[in-house]
Formats: sequence, structure tokens, C-alpha cells
Amino acid sequence: MAIIVQRPKLKWWEHLYLPGIITGMRVTLGHFFSILSGRTKVTMQYPEEKWDSHLPEHYRGAPALVTDEHGRERCVACQLCEFICPPRAITIKPEEIPSDDKWAKVEKRPRAFDIDMIRCIYCGLCEEVCPEQAIYLRKDYAITGLSRAEMVHDKTKLYEIGGVREGLVNKWNELK
Amino acid sequence: MSEVKTDLVDVEIDGVWYQFPKGMRMIEACRQAGVEVPHYCYHPKLTSPGNCRMCLVEMGMPPRPAPGAEAPAPDENGHLPIAWMPRPVIACANTIGPNMGIRTTGPLTEECRKGVMELLLANHPLDCPICDQAGECSLQEFSVEHGKGESRFRERKVKKPKNVAVGPRIRLDDERCIMCSRCIRFTDEIADDPVLGFTDRGSHTVLTVYPGRELANNYSLNTVDICPVGALTSNDFRFQMRVWFMRETNTIDTNCATGCNITVFARENKIYRITPRQNNEVNSDWMPDSHRLNFHWIESDARLTDPLVKDGDHHRLASWSEAIATAADKLSALDGSEIAVIASARMTNEELLIVNRLVKHLKAGHVDTVARVGEPDGYLISADRNPNTNGVKLVLGLEDPGSQIEAIKAGIEQGRIKAVITLQEDLVDDAGFTPELLGKLDFLLSTYPLANATADASDVVLPGAAWAEKSGTMINATGRLQRLNKAVDAPGQTLEPWEIVRDLIQATGGGNGIYAVTDLFKQLAAEVSEFSGLTWGQIGDLGVPLIETGVTIPLLEREKQRIASGLIVG
Amino acid sequence: MDWHIIIAAVIKIVVFVFLVTLPMVAMSVWAERRVSAAIQDRVGPNRVGPFGLLQAVADGIKFLLKEDFTPAHVNKFYFWLAPALTMVPALLTCAVIPFGSRLFDEKMVIADLDVGPLFVFAIASLSVYGIVLAGWSSNSKYSFLGGVRSTSQMISYEISLGLSIVPLIMIYGELNLGRIVQEQALNGWALLPLWGEGLSLKGFILAVPIFISFIIFMTSMFAETNRLPFDLPECETELVAGYHTEYSSMKFALFFLGEYAAMIIGSGLAVTLFLGGWSLPFGWLAPESVDAAVPWWHGLIHIGVYFTKVIALIIFFIVIRWTLPRFRYDQLMRLGWVFFFEIALFNVALTAVILAWPQLWKMMFG
Repeated sequence: MAIIVQRPKLKWWEHLYLPGIITGMRVTLGHFFSILSGRTKVTMQYPEEKWDSHLPEHYRGAPALVTDEHGRERCVACQLCEFICPPRAITIKPEEIPSDDKWAKVEKRPRAFDIDMIRCIYCGLCEEVCPEQAIYLRKDYAITGLSRAEMVHDKTKLYEIGGVREGLVNKWNELK
Repeated sequence: MSEVKTDLVDVEIDGVWYQFPKGMRMIEACRQAGVEVPHYCYHPKLTSPGNCRMCLVEMGMPPRPAPGAEAPAPDENGHLPIAWMPRPVIACANTIGPNMGIRTTGPLTEECRKGVMELLLANHPLDCPICDQAGECSLQEFSVEHGKGESRFRERKVKKPKNVAVGPRIRLDDERCIMCSRCIRFTDEIADDPVLGFTDRGSHTVLTVYPGRELANNYSLNTVDICPVGALTSNDFRFQMRVWFMRETNTIDTNCATGCNITVFARENKIYRITPRQNNEVNSDWMPDSHRLNFHWIESDARLTDPLVKDGDHHRLASWSEAIATAADKLSALDGSEIAVIASARMTNEELLIVNRLVKHLKAGHVDTVARVGEPDGYLISADRNPNTNGVKLVLGLEDPGSQIEAIKAGIEQGRIKAVITLQEDLVDDAGFTPELLGKLDFLLSTYPLANATADASDVVLPGAAWAEKSGTMINATGRLQRLNKAVDAPGQTLEPWEIVRDLIQATGGGNGIYAVTDLFKQLAAEVSEFSGLTWGQIGDLGVPLIETGVTIPLLEREKQRIASGLIVG
Repeated sequence: MDWHIIIAAVIKIVVFVFLVTLPMVAMSVWAERRVSAAIQDRVGPNRVGPFGLLQAVADGIKFLLKEDFTPAHVNKFYFWLAPALTMVPALLTCAVIPFGSRLFDEKMVIADLDVGPLFVFAIASLSVYGIVLAGWSSNSKYSFLGGVRSTSQMISYEISLGLSIVPLIMIYGELNLGRIVQEQALNGWALLPLWGEGLSLKGFILAVPIFISFIIFMTSMFAETNRLPFDLPECETELVAGYHTEYSSMKFALFFLGEYAAMIIGSGLAVTLFLGGWSLPFGWLAPESVDAAVPWWHGLIHIGVYFTKVIALIIFFIVIRWTLPRFRYDQLMRLGWVFFFEIALFNVALTAVILAWPQLWKMMFG
């Protein structure tokens, strides 16, 4: 079914376009001068100014591994994050914790834990799925590198970004 | 339904009437009716002690009228009304009777399951993230389906031994154990090595191995398979890969003539574990440890990945076309009587068929395979350690495989045999050829997947795929035709043996239009009378009986006796 | 020929074309981006050099270093010829525009031609060949459509562009741009007849057709330079990038520069014809005649005045671009053929009547 759109009937001076052009230019020049005079300011000068200070608490930056207050790596290499990761950015190689280790009763830990930051989409599913509260999305958002290899965060780098998280559920205590 | 056969009884399961043979376990009747009753301790191949209490269901029989009262009248289908019993019964150990009613749902059974789950989980640790069973754990599954989701247990959990080596291949975590006793019954009833048992009482019960003994028999890893939780784990597979990542391929074991049905678990072209697959005509639910663990060589560093051609003393990399052309040049220059073909009883029927073509095409004077004979173990392992000796007899047409090897050796010694084509066999280690003897040959071609002394002596080395990297059919000791399925991709430029043989035939002037292994099977069905009428799809996962050999599998014979005596369901 | 004339001409060419106009092209690209950013409440390029002034240099280096890719399916000869054909005419027209009065007794115009406006139109219409060839030789539907659109658009508007300056030429009775500017310096700018002979009834009456001419001239100039609101040949929502879709690297840059050069020359012509060229208002510092001697500092001021006016007009071009939406093609054609063409013709007649009024009066009543 055809829909007939009624065009507005223009007055003769409106047909001249000139009043319309002038009105339009008043708008654009208004913005032009207000930004020149500094009245409007919307752009952040990125490398000099950063929004680190007012990043929201739930900001999803680079995923990282955390240790608990005893220095134990929380990750037990259950590979659920590897499974849930939509772009398959995570690769984990598990290993058994040697019996002479302080945390031998945890039995399992990641031998290698790589997150390919070229692939990572910062969705936060890894954090959500982690049963050990071992992986968190931190506020680091400027992840750069000069090669693909550099963009793969290995275990050392992940713990460096992640640091320590205290006061979480500690299920590997004596009573477990 | 009114016409009742003598050996069948009417049973009502969840409101629907079925007919089952009298004396069947309730749990099996439910399973055949398509209703799964959760269970831990019950296993059809083992006796039923009924100790996990997970399979509690509501049961009812027709009311027995009091003396003098009127008997209940059957409805239009001849079924009597059912009077439900106030207490549940275990479905695994009770048998069905006429006009019996079973309810697997409803408040009573659901409350029972919830209670059993809560007690089982009271002492169970929350270490699913590190437990290898996670993902295929009955406790996890039934906890989701029937559990409460929240623990009311505020007391301290009982501490039990963890990470105990109960045998050379098995680790035990007692905290995870739910005392189903499947492993105890398996070692007692199937493996005849009763080393496991429970000690202590109540919530302090632990599974232990008899002091001074260990769980070391060649079937011990089956306990890991039947353990419904992660209490028993395999050292070989421990912490290697989570089960949900792996792709499962149904195939068969090639370590002996029994041809145990197996499932290969692989991820990204790496095999992580092999488990037995139920086939009541071949291996029941079990397989020997020695066969189960014999797969690591597939990804060993010794794998050959590219064709090699000998240049003076050294081998150098060559393209397939160059390597095949080199071999064809050498073979074409020789008379057929100077050529010996040594195939392998580890090859599939399809491969043997095309080997037969090669033999005829070259008019080779000598053909044989290498025999491997060992001691039968009285369970599943056959004396014949080749998986397809029957195929060799049938397809390659050898009367007595392995009998010509000495004649070939003598022929080489006397210079009558100038060239040997050895397919998927290691002549030095497995057939007793010495490198010096092989050195007398003008031309030696080998296709073994691994680098070895035979490959070192070969003029042309063509890497052939290992058993997990190819598809085909094999005939086991009892004459059953079974399918071997490709589980992983072969490394590098490795080709399947039938492709290598096809290329050799073509390069030496023969022709054929075979592009898939299924084409070969079609030709097999057309040319070999025993195969006639069979199709690739008909063989299925469980195989089909092909020929009568009269060979039996001892473990299956004993299982049949136990079924006949009513000990197990089977 | 006198050596001194040749040397002076070469110096003027080098200085005016290569040291002033081309850098102006680069700077107007920068200005375009900064002004558009300001209009849209953004910042614009501000990283390279102070205020981002060296952005154009960075862009130029980038264009030079990028892969000069020629697609396999194009007609190579014309594909390579087209960018040059677009750029060169735009620069050629610089020759006749007077950018100052006199400096050191030398006329501040490269070629003091007596047919200045005709030369400009003749050369400027050549640039349509560049666009047509680019569109055709690219062997791509987008390029082709862009080329076709551009051709018909430029041919259409050239008519009204030419007709729009006829009244001016009639009023001045002159085709030499230098003398037209001199006339305006003494007797009021065409659009601003507020001093000298312009300050008269005839001057005010003549301002009406001149204003109409100015509107038509400016609008047609937008269409000729393919600028918004008439950038249909390269409108990205329909044609990807129009006739230069298949171009990259420096060849693309030449199209880009050609467009801005055309804009600068167009502004220069508008300034020269309507806004008094290099002259200051109210006859200040105006030389008595074209051939009169001018002190050197007057000459410098005149050059400065000319470029100030041109820059103001360029900014006007830019603001218009970021204010108005694109016309539909049928609207564009209707505007050109139905309105501007007729109005321009009528305007010519009107001017003629006004100019010839005394004689007409005498014929009819005298």
C-alpha cells in the first residue's frame, strides 16, 4: 500500500533557501564560536588526560590473574574460562603441584596461562565463570605491543597486572 | 494388552503400561521404558549390593483383599488397580512382578533423592575445579537434577586421605568417594584381584587397598571408568585435559585380535585418553590397561612426517611425487619374482585389498605378513596380538600368515629377492630381520609411522598413518567385522597406507579410480564373497559377525554364566 | 623578449603558485578539519606541530609513502592521466588573477591578460576531463556513476557561472581583471558601492543585478568545485568515493588537492570580481590608475588584503559545507537549469536596461 507523504507547503521566501541557509549557519557558527571560546568542552586529550581516576568500579579492562593474601595463586587450572571464552583467547596448560610445595593440597595449578589480548573482547565471562575468584577484569585498557607475541599475556604478566585480591571466599583453608 | 505372554509381565511405569520379562530388575525396566533412575552403585555388569540408595522409587502392587472381601476388578485392559506402598524401594536390586506399578517421580521419590544427595554431599569436598571427573561426574549431574542446591551441613567435614597412590596407575582421593563399592566389586568379580575394601564405619568409612598389596592388575584402570565420582583417577590422564574439551571418536583397539571397542578422546589432534566402549559381543565394558595406555607413541618425536629418499648414506626430504617415482623406477626395473611384499596384519581390510592389487600388479613372488603371538591372559587379551589376522587370511588370501617370513629371509640371503616392500611393519624389531640382511637388498621401501632400524635401512621411506589416524574395517578373533575410525589428523605429510599403495600402483603403470576408503570397501563387498551385500554404514559402531572362527573370549564366557545365574543383569 | 620580464614572471609563478597557493591548499585542508571539528563540538587535528598546523605535512608524507596501487582492471594510461588533468587546470587559472596592485613597479599578476575571465572559464572547464577520465578508466560502477554525475553537473553550472558575470563585464566594459579591480578600488566594490562614482543612484540600482550575479556565481562555484551541498559526484553514502574510488596514495591526493585548489581559485575570482580584489574599502591607499606607481609598502598591504579576503571566503566555503545537507540530483539539475539559467539571463537583460536607461529615456521621451 502506497503511503502518500504530505510535503510541507513552503512560503515563497522559504523556496529561496537563503533564510534556511542563514538559520543553519547560525547554528553551526554558534557551535563553532562556543567551542573556540572554550564554553563547550567535550573531547578528552587522551594520552595527557586519562579517565583512570573516574573509571567506574565495574569497568571491564584487561583480564588478569590474582593471588590471595597468602600469596597463593588462586587459579587451579579448571579451564572453565578457556571453555567459556567466546573468542578462544585463553589457553591453559595445567600441572600438578609437587608434593613438597606449601600448597600441595590444592593439587592443581596452571603451568601456562596465556591470554591472547588480540583476541580478547573484554566480555568478562571468564571472571563470571571462575569458581575460584582467580581471574578479574582490571582497569587496564591500553594494551599495546609491537608484535603478536607481545600481545599474548603469559602467567607472569597476568599476575603482574592482577596483583593481590584479599577478603574473598577462601575455600582452600584448613577446614575445607 | 489383554493377551499376556507367559514370560512377560505387565508393569506400569510413571502411568504407562509396558510388558517386560519377569524377573527383570526394576531399574532396567525403567531404562527400557525411557525413564532414567539415578544411581551410583548399580552397574549392569556387577552385582547389586544396593548401598547408595539413590535409585529409590515408589512401588505398588494390586491390593490383596482381606479374607471375605471382594477382589478388585480389572479395568477394560485387564490391569488391576495398584495400591502404592508407603515406603520406597531400591530399583537396582528389586525385580518386577505382574501388575506392578513404579513411580520414578512424585513427592516421595523426589524427597528421597534430595535426602540421599544431601547426605552424599555432606562430606564431599567442593573441589570440582580441580577434579578430573568434573563434566562426567554422576554426583554433579544428579546434584543438579535432584539436589537441594544448598548445604545445611554446618559441622566440620570428615578429613580423609587424599592423593593416595593405590596402584602404579591409579590415584585415590577418599574425600571424594561416595562408597558405592563399584571398584571393590569390579576387582573382586571381574579382575579376580580383590585388593580393595572399606574400613571404618559411618561417615568415617574409607576405601583402602589391602595392606602390602596394590591395585596393579592389568584391568585396574577400568575402576577409574566406573567410579561415578573423581575418587579414582588415572595417573596417565590426571590433570591433562578437561573432559568437555575433547572430541570422542568411536573406534576399536588394535593391540590384539580381540579388537576391544574403544572411545578415543582427543583435542586439537592430540589424543588424551582411551576408554572402553560397551560391546557385549567383544569386550563387555572393559579393556586391559596395557592396551589403553599404548597410544602415546602416536605423538612421539620419532614420528616420520615427510617422505624420505636415501641419498648415499643419508636420507633426505622428498616430495611425495618424487619418493613415489623413485620407488616406481626401482620396482619397474625388477622382475616380479625378485620382489617381496611384507604387509601387516595391523592393516585394515581395505588396505589389504589394495595391497593384494599391488602384489598382482607387480607379480610379486613373495607375500606375507608378520605374526605376533603372545600369551592369552584369560580375560580379553588374545594370543594373537595382530588385530586383523582374519582379514589377512580373507582378503590377502594367505593360508598361514607369517609362515613365509623365513623363506623371504633366505631368499634375500641367497640374492633371489632383490626388493622388499614392507607396509606398516618394522622388519628389524618385529620380524627378526637384521640390518645386515636388509643391506643386501637392492631396494627396500617402508611405511612404518616411526623412525626405526628398518626405516634407516630403507631406500624410500613413506610415512603411513597410525591406527588412530585412519579409517577402515578389521575382523577380530571371533570373526566380527568392526570399524576403525579416524580420531585425529596425521602429522605432517603422512598419508593413509591405502593412499600410498594406490599411488605406487599408479606410478608403476597400474590404474584405478579410488579416492576414498569407502570406495575400497565397496570393491571388497563386490570381490570377497564373505563381504558381499555389506555396506560401510551397516557395520555401525558395534560391528557385525562376518565369519565363524570358533574362538571365544574368556571374560565374556564368564559374564554369560553370571547372567545365567542371575548374579548380574549384563 | 626582455630577460627581466621572464625572470619576473618566473618569480611570480614560483612564489604565487608554488609557495602560496599550494601551501594554502594544504592549510585549507587543515582549516577544513579544524573548523568542521569545532562546528561538531570536536577538537580536530591538534597533534602535529602547534595547533596541528603541520598535519597537512604529515598527510602529505603519508600520501607519498603509501603504496601507489593501480588496480588490474583499469585503463592504465587514462587512469594515470586523470589526476594530473584535475590538478593542472586549477593551478593554471592562477595566472590571470591579480593578487596585488604593484610591488617594486611590477604588476602583481602572472599574466596580465585582457580576457581574464574567459581564460579562467576556458581552463577551469578542462578539469571536467580529469573527472570524466577518472570515472571511466577506473572500470568501476561507482567511479563511473561519479564521473557521469560530475560531468553533467559541471557542464550545467558552467552556463550559469558564465552568464552570472556577464552583467559585471557589461558594467565595467572590461575583461582585464587588473583594471576591473582598479575600477573597484576607486569607485566602490561591486557589492559595496559606497565611495567614488559608486556612491550614486545608478551605483545603488546596479547593486541589485550584481547581488543576483553574486549569489548565482557563488552557488555555481560550489557546484563547479564539487563541494557540499553539491558533492554528488563523490557522495560517499551512495558511491563510496565517486570518481576517485579506485585511487590511492598520491594519485588520490592529486584529486584532493585539485578540489581545494579549485576552491581557492574560485574564491580568488569571486574576490576579484565582486569584493574589490586587493583593494581596501573607501579608496584607502588606492593607486590613481593601473599604471600609476605604488609605494612598496602599499603593494604589500594590497597583497595582504587580497589573501585575507580569499581566506575569509574559504572559511565561508567550509562553513557552508558543514551546514547544508546534500542536494538530491534532480534538485541540483532543476536548480541549475530551471532557476539559475533563467535568472542569469534575466539578470543580463536587467543590467542592460539599467545601463542603457539614459539612452532609452532619450529615445522614447527625448
